[in-house]
Amino acid sequence: MVYDAIIIGAGVTGSAVARYLMRYRAKVLVVERASDVCEGTSKANSAIVHAGFDAETGSLMAKYNVQGSEMMEALSKELDFAYDRCGSLVVCLSEEDLPKLQALYENGVKNGVRDLRIIGREELLEMEPNISDNAVAALYAPTGAIVCPFELTISLAENAAVNGAEFRFNTEVREIKENAGGGFTVKTSEGDFETRAVVNAAGVYADIFHNQIAEPKIHITPRKGEYLLLDHTAYGHVTHTIFQLPGQYGKGVLVSPTVHKNILVGPTANDIDNPEGVNTTAAGLAEVMEKSALAVKNVPTRQTITSFAGLRAHEDGHEFVIGEAEGHPGFFDCAGIESPGLSSAPAIGEVVSDMIAQRLGLSENKDFTGKRKGIVKAAELSVSERNELIRREPAYGQIICRCESVSEGEILDAIRRPLGATTLDGVKRRVRAGMGRCQAGFCSPRVMEILARELHRDLSEITKKGPDSPIIVGTAKDTIE
Amino acid sequence: MEERNLICINCPMGCPLTVTLNDAGEVVSVTGNTCPRGEAYGRKEVTNPTRIVTSSLPVSGAKGQIAMVSVKTASDIPKGAIFDVVRDMKGLVVEAPVHIGDVVKADIAGTGVDLVATRDVE
Amino acid sequence: MEKVNIVIVGGGPAGLAAAAAAYDAGERSILILERDNMLGGILNQCIHNGFGLHTFKEELTGPEYARRFEEQVEERGIACKLNTMVMDISPEKVVTAMNRTDGMFEIEAKAIVLAMGCRERSRGALNIPGYRPAGIYSAGTAQRLVNIEGYMPGREVVILGSGDIGLIMARRMTLEGAKVKVVAELMPYSGGLKRNIVQCLDDFGIPLKLSHTVVDIEGKDRVTGVTIAEVDSHNKPIPGTEEHYSCDTLLLSCGLLPENELSRQAGVQLSPVTNGPVVNESLETSIPGVFAAGNVLHVHDLVDYVSEEAASAGRNAAAYVRGELAEDRSGEIPLEFAGGPRYTVPAAIDPEKMNDTLTVRFRVGAVMKNRFVDLYLDDERVLHRRRQVMAPGEMEELVLKRTMFEKHGPVQKITIRVEEA
Repeated sequence: MVYDAIIIGAGVTGSAVARYLMRYRAKVLVVERASDVCEGTSKANSAIVHAGFDAETGSLMAKYNVQGSEMMEALSKELDFAYDRCGSLVVCLSEEDLPKLQALYENGVKNGVRDLRIIGREELLEMEPNISDNAVAALYAPTGAIVCPFELTISLAENAAVNGAEFRFNTEVREIKENAGGGFTVKTSEGDFETRAVVNAAGVYADIFHNQIAEPKIHITPRKGEYLLLDHTAYGHVTHTIFQLPGQYGKGVLVSPTVHKNILVGPTANDIDNPEGVNTTAAGLAEVMEKSALAVKNVPTRQTITSFAGLRAHEDGHEFVIGEAEGHPGFFDCAGIESPGLSSAPAIGEVVSDMIAQRLGLSENKDFTGKRKGIVKAAELSVSERNELIRREPAYGQIICRCESVSEGEILDAIRRPLGATTLDGVKRRVRAGMGRCQAGFCSPRVMEILARELHRDLSEITKKGPDSPIIVGTAKDTIE
Repeated sequence: MEERNLICINCPMGCPLTVTLNDAGEVVSVTGNTCPRGEAYGRKEVTNPTRIVTSSLPVSGAKGQIAMVSVKTASDIPKGAIFDVVRDMKGLVVEAPVHIGDVVKADIAGTGVDLVATRDVE
Repeated sequence: MEKVNIVIVGGGPAGLAAAAAAYDAGERSILILERDNMLGGILNQCIHNGFGLHTFKEELTGPEYARRFEEQVEERGIACKLNTMVMDISPEKVVTAMNRTDGMFEIEAKAIVLAMGCRERSRGALNIPGYRPAGIYSAGTAQRLVNIEGYMPGREVVILGSGDIGLIMARRMTLEGAKVKVVAELMPYSGGLKRNIVQCLDDFGIPLKLSHTVVDIEGKDRVTGVTIAEVDSHNKPIPGTEEHYSCDTLLLSCGLLPENELSRQAGVQLSPVTNGPVVNESLETSIPGVFAAGNVLHVHDLVDYVSEEAASAGRNAAAYVRGELAEDRSGEIPLEFAGGPRYTVPAAIDPEKMNDTLTVRFRVGAVMKNRFVDLYLDDERVLHRRRQVMAPGEMEELVLKRTMFEKHGPVQKITIRVEEA
């Protein structure tokens, strides 16, 4: 069998391309080395939909960011993922830096960002009472938003799957060969696949695949960003995404609410060699704590419930590498997708899928259903709605994750739906069980039991995030001789 | 004469004991204890230390959700026999129903002490 | 809306003891709400011995101890709802709960006993750097996997924190065939009971490294090793002291936190030291008729004391329902302390409302040797108790008698003082 397109990587970009490509009649395969979607950069970032004032005017980053940001709200309704246009503020901490704030404003206007304005200290203080005493002004972007990056990625992938895209997990691409008569052979850990087109959405590894096929060569550096996630009790400390204008105090970190009512602080930015280096460091976490104080007072970092690190795929040119490689028809790059990659994903998905359709001469898929009903968030329902749900499915009456108040019904839905969860992390990212302050201490054995029951596996076969991450390594006394 | 400093494990007070032994290895005195159990512990710990061993064993035929039953040695066993008891427990499967105090295995590891259930499993 | 005189939130040792005591005080309208599928709470997975020496004068395992209290509740015919999660408690004492069969429902209570217990501090809250692989468990999660499920969460284990659950799990993992390589403790003293150091670590030759912490976790998918380092007096790792341990498991036993989300929602005043409600001599919180006991109030070292405290809360709740506990709180005198205690439970005493005896419990902030614990009513010393050793891992108590107050007369100031002997 020959696929019309093989997409390498089930992150937000690959999933977006897959989803929008299903608007056409096409045989699409997404290959992912991890055991689930959203296992790389897409799961560990600032969860921000940038307004788009930051990127250099005329760049792809600027173009797709503004487009993606404009698409995101409608998409959140179509695919039912959490999105909140909370607005963002770039805080200027000294009079001398005001010209830079003005320049940023002008850049944003040129990029086509709507409703931008510069606000003075008084208005800023009204919007954010915990803002630094040094703050003199801020660039306010009402279109800045926050999103659940897991739900965004999962809903794109799920919707692609529902419309016929095939996903293969635990499948690592080793090499791409361009066939003499056109088309490509994608060699993977699970066998070779033939395809007419390839989409390279391989995140920090995208340079390797690009360089196997195309010129000029590109080079991607994993740029590590470390974050702290604070408990719900910290929610409300800021109500907008707070950036700090780079200035005499250096480059700060953002302090932002999340759609799940936490506070996120970070990231650092350190270039590293190891594309697997998602470890946090003592220095990095200390830096986040220290820098969080620059623009916002008294950030309650003592209420940290977890810390994590993500790797941005930083291409040397600091620009998205998007589109068909010259001289290699059918090879499409989505490389160098660093910030604002999450914000740009819908736009990249749409534009790249259109390019593929044009190249392959794909016809419209009249059966495409772009709408998805997400997993019900029982905690957000009214009492009567909730009781109706429990009457239909009693599992919604059983709380499994105490901290985030997640019911068994939600977990069952996360496992049973298309591209359902098969791991603890998969459940966590779909319904937040284990995402709260106890960090899965109580619920993980229960979630494991549910996964085992639903997937007809032994408890010992349930993993955190794929075959190499077993939670249980044997039975009691099995090594006693 | 030899002095051994111990911490009494009889109860959570954890009294610091000093046990004095003569050259024949006999206990001459125990000090630091706050109750008679402490003195007894001190004497025993330097001559014949003992422990209670607890574990958990699989149950077959259980009705409810619990498929394991917790067990203990009905009294203390020589400290040196702890792993003999563990080895003797390996492979044991307890038939449900089982109740607190039921002998799961008599004379575990030849210690003369029974292994008993510490939970009801119906 | 259903009406119940006393709703008890949690069916662990505290909730069970409170229920039985409230019943014995004459109350019949009692309901225990338990989120798990069985009563007994965390004791069900604490299969080791050492429970009940104070209460029953014999040494029991956790499940045996729990069973005795379950029997008391069964014998008295006290109502329980299992698999039922309390979702909300209002300041007006309306309890909203949920389960599979009843859905979401409300109960109007006259009195409430908070008995939700505590949870373990997680890795995230400890800010341990490194990867985030499988193989990192709180000691309690590992305890459940081994004792209740019969599975091994790992083969080669490093334990951070010398809390009692960590020490107990060092022995359990060893007896089930794992190799426990080291227990690292951030503080210069152990957080657990001395006897657990002896019989869980020393018996098996497991080293305890005080003033050490984990500074790195390796392994992207499953733990492959951890690095520990010595810390200075500010708990900062000292460069050059790093030691690497290859292992597949890191267990965390770094402290317990009372679970007071419901209390906070209800508007109960919480102590920043204990993270539990601030209570008076009746174990009554800042909301009249809402009582607290057990680990939700402050983390205990022994379940015997949980039972004792909870029974007292249960009796007081019954008295409140009968209208025998005055709502007037103006007679409360804050319990002050100096020289060592980090907090006291209760935090205030109304001598008029005191029973014949009142047990005041507290923990100290550092290891102290050869001290006196004194109780002063104004400037009069009415209690003078010698303590050989006091340690943060162990709870201290002082039993106050009503007669002391009667003898002293009107009191302005109550102080517990720890003084060098």
